[in-house]
Amino acid sequence: MSRFPTLDRREFLRVSALAGGGLLLGAWLDFGTNGMLEAAEAPLTDGEFSPNAFIRIAPSGSITIMAKNPEIGQGIKTMLPMLIAEELDVDWSAITIEQAMSEPAKYGSQVAGGSTATPTNWEPLRKAGAAGRQMLVAAAAQAWNVPAAECTTASGVVTHKASNRQMTYGALATAAAAMPAPDMATVTLKDPKNFRIIGKPMTGVDNHKVVTGQPLFGIDVVVPNMVYGTFEKCPVFAGKAVSANLDEIKALPGVKNAFIVDGGTVLNGLLSGVAILADTWWAAKSARTKLKVTWEEGATAQQSSAAFKAKAIELFTQAPARALRADGDVNGAFAAATKTVEATYEYPFLAHATLEPQNCTASFTNDAIEIWAPTQNPQSGRVLVSKTLGIAEKDVAIHITRSGGGFGRRLNNDYMVEAAMIAKLAGVPVKLLWTREDDIRHDFYRPAGFHKLKGAVDASGKLTAWQNHFVTFSNNGTDFVPSAGMDGTEFPSLAVANRNVSVSTMPLGVPTGYLRAPGSNALAFVNESFIDELAHAARKDPLQFRLELLAQLPTETPRGAMVPSRMKGVLEQVAQKSGWGTRKLPKGSGMGIAAYFSHRGYFAEVVEVNVSRAGALTVKKVWAVGDVGSQIINPSGAMNQVEGSVIDGIGEALAQEITIEAGRAKQSNFNDFPLIRLKQVPVIDVSFRITEYPPTGMGEPALPPVVPALCNAIFAATGKRIRSLPLTKHNLSWA
Amino acid sequence: MPAIVINGKSYEVSAEPETPLLWVLRGELKLTGTKYGCGIAACGACTVHLDGQPIRSCVTPLSAVGSKAVTTIEGVSGAEADALNTAWNDGDVVQCGYCQTGQLMSACALLRTTPSPTDQDIDEAMSGNICRCGTYPRIRAAIHAAAAARTPTV
Ligand code: FES
Ligand code: FES
Repeated sequence: MSRFPTLDRREFLRVSALAGGGLLLGAWLDFGTNGMLEAAEAPLTDGEFSPNAFIRIAPSGSITIMAKNPEIGQGIKTMLPMLIAEELDVDWSAITIEQAMSEPAKYGSQVAGGSTATPTNWEPLRKAGAAGRQMLVAAAAQAWNVPAAECTTASGVVTHKASNRQMTYGALATAAAAMPAPDMATVTLKDPKNFRIIGKPMTGVDNHKVVTGQPLFGIDVVVPNMVYGTFEKCPVFAGKAVSANLDEIKALPGVKNAFIVDGGTVLNGLLSGVAILADTWWAAKSARTKLKVTWEEGATAQQSSAAFKAKAIELFTQAPARALRADGDVNGAFAAATKTVEATYEYPFLAHATLEPQNCTASFTNDAIEIWAPTQNPQSGRVLVSKTLGIAEKDVAIHITRSGGGFGRRLNNDYMVEAAMIAKLAGVPVKLLWTREDDIRHDFYRPAGFHKLKGAVDASGKLTAWQNHFVTFSNNGTDFVPSAGMDGTEFPSLAVANRNVSVSTMPLGVPTGYLRAPGSNALAFVNESFIDELAHAARKDPLQFRLELLAQLPTETPRGAMVPSRMKGVLEQVAQKSGWGTRKLPKGSGMGIAAYFSHRGYFAEVVEVNVSRAGALTVKKVWAVGDVGSQIINPSGAMNQVEGSVIDGIGEALAQEITIEAGRAKQSNFNDFPLIRLKQVPVIDVSFRITEYPPTGMGEPALPPVVPALCNAIFAATGKRIRSLPLTKHNLSWA
Repeated sequence: MPAIVINGKSYEVSAEPETPLLWVLRGELKLTGTKYGCGIAACGACTVHLDGQPIRSCVTPLSAVGSKAVTTIEGVSGAEADALNTAWNDGDVVQCGYCQTGQLMSACALLRTTPSPTDQDIDEAMSGNICRCGTYPRIRAAIHAAAAARTPTV
């Protein structure tokens, strides 16, 4: 959870006024368990009805719904307003959707991360719409002097059938504003069978603006009198700029200013570097090619991917530092086993490479700052900027622009605090734009990791022991660096009576963070590939082997844990869709299966590949089946997310790797950090299994299983087992 | 000051001749529909037309533009552009949208030379355009849909 400032009434009103126009002085929704809608105390202007911060109805009939969360390509600006519009009972085509600023006191959490928006907003936002509808009905009932229960709504009109009277929401807006806000506990929601918006494929609300090239993104922001900035940091993370040829730089064409910015050692805070400001970004960037900086690189300049690997291999020969999960008698099970399998798996650091490079525009005046940023987590940015600049949080105003991709990169606001500090020091509005090279070299990488696995199967082919020694990163031996953790309950550990999941760590001076399906995007590769190895050792079909493992899990699961029947459901459906086990493929072709539970969602995927004798890999088709609960809110957006996740996972597995050498990232652009291209993309068949559980998010859970399913397919096609990524490191040729 | 022709209009620009066209468009002219993704002709986000040919504006210096006509997403028009626009909207192609103006400029150039492209034609014409979000299946489908809408049925 992000932290919200506790605002007193006065601050609340002040923050509201920042939104401009005084139209949003309604109330705010508490997203806690009680979901109380607080009554509006501030006067509404011009007879407008603003039942809560999310809805505005003008007497003219125009209806505006606020989109509270950052749009990063996940379709949230379309999806969340659908929830409100459905229960408000208005036509989708009749509403205007506006992006909210960062104002947690009004909107609650505004984070794009963790696939959390669906589960946390599913009920509160529908209730927000329903409460608005209820107040409009109350206003009509009062005007007509009839019981509210006799009134119905549709398409923004309240009807009293018995007396054949109708009033539009616009006509009722002023009266509705005077109605008492209902107790949220009494607000009733529609029966899903009456949904007219939820469950319909809706196209993105900004599609037209996107395809016509209108300014929407952070990089497109223009503010009066702004200068353009570039910022060079030490290639060794958190290294310090000691001196630079600033006078020479300042004399270059177009350059307005150049200075050293001091920074700290917290990797997601402000780091030291040299700012160059110019009339145009190209002038700033051109000047930067002449920049000479003396850096104090610091101790982490010694770190390298090769040394991490060597250390992991050494740690594998020693007893693990600590156990995460140790149950049963692992050694006894290995001694009694018919077959044991041992293998070492590893995966590299990865960058996010959002297509829009990091950028932020900031304008600082009189100890207050206005910021325009493509960010997934504006509130954490506000806290960081406030602390670093020494100004109050209330004096940090943040406009959330559309983000050209997020994937977890923009949960960190390093570029925001850089722009803020540079604008403060320069005394003019600054638009900071990173180069692609800055972006690849100063990411919060998906951490690399190493696993030594051992499993045992008995004569019946049952998995009797599971052992995983995970070597990962920690700077104090206890807390994992971001995204580098594991808790030992990951499937199949809990399905095996004798299990030993343990961990050893090494220190890391490389920034790490959350890459789409963090943790899972790596652990799925390891666990689901090794399960495939064990299935082959047990002479069982990999699907059958998984179903048997699922049957060994306790059916009563703690809240938030995997429900075995849901995983079984998606596995069986993907098997049926893909013709698993029924198709005979020639050597060089193969299918692989994998399934994973992450971010509350269940996905099972089958990948079909062809590998030429010479080793050329073609990913031909992917079948993906998901269970994200009772309702696919926007089927078009949901399918797009699944396709995107599948493609993302394949792209990572094919060719992506960040190599650390001499404490710095070796790669710098798409020539050496290749992203997947259209001609490499398979046919993707997506379907959903509808279950009775509340709907959950779509941005992440489809990614993890595709990586092992692909690697398992390569094994089926060639007999080559992939135990390290990316695939470009492997010779896949076969005879 | 050199004058360049963009979307049918002539502009006097003050940028140095070696300045990439991309930064003239985005900076001086505030035509921000053309995007920056890599600066090394590796992603296609900056694709514009130069005398109808798709080019990467991030590596095209102002001096190479001369009197040739530049068309950006803000000015692209005609039957192909309209059909693509409709297909992109109907097919709900967009995720983050950052790559899409470049994708459309490449797709438009393709349809003008190859009205009924095969999958292989699409692979070749579009593989210089990265979509980090992975909207590729929808891009392919939308190009086919736009081509079909343009092809008169007998
Ligand atoms: S910005 Fe020109 S090809 Fe990437
Ligand atoms: S839609 Fe995001 S990069 Fe293509």
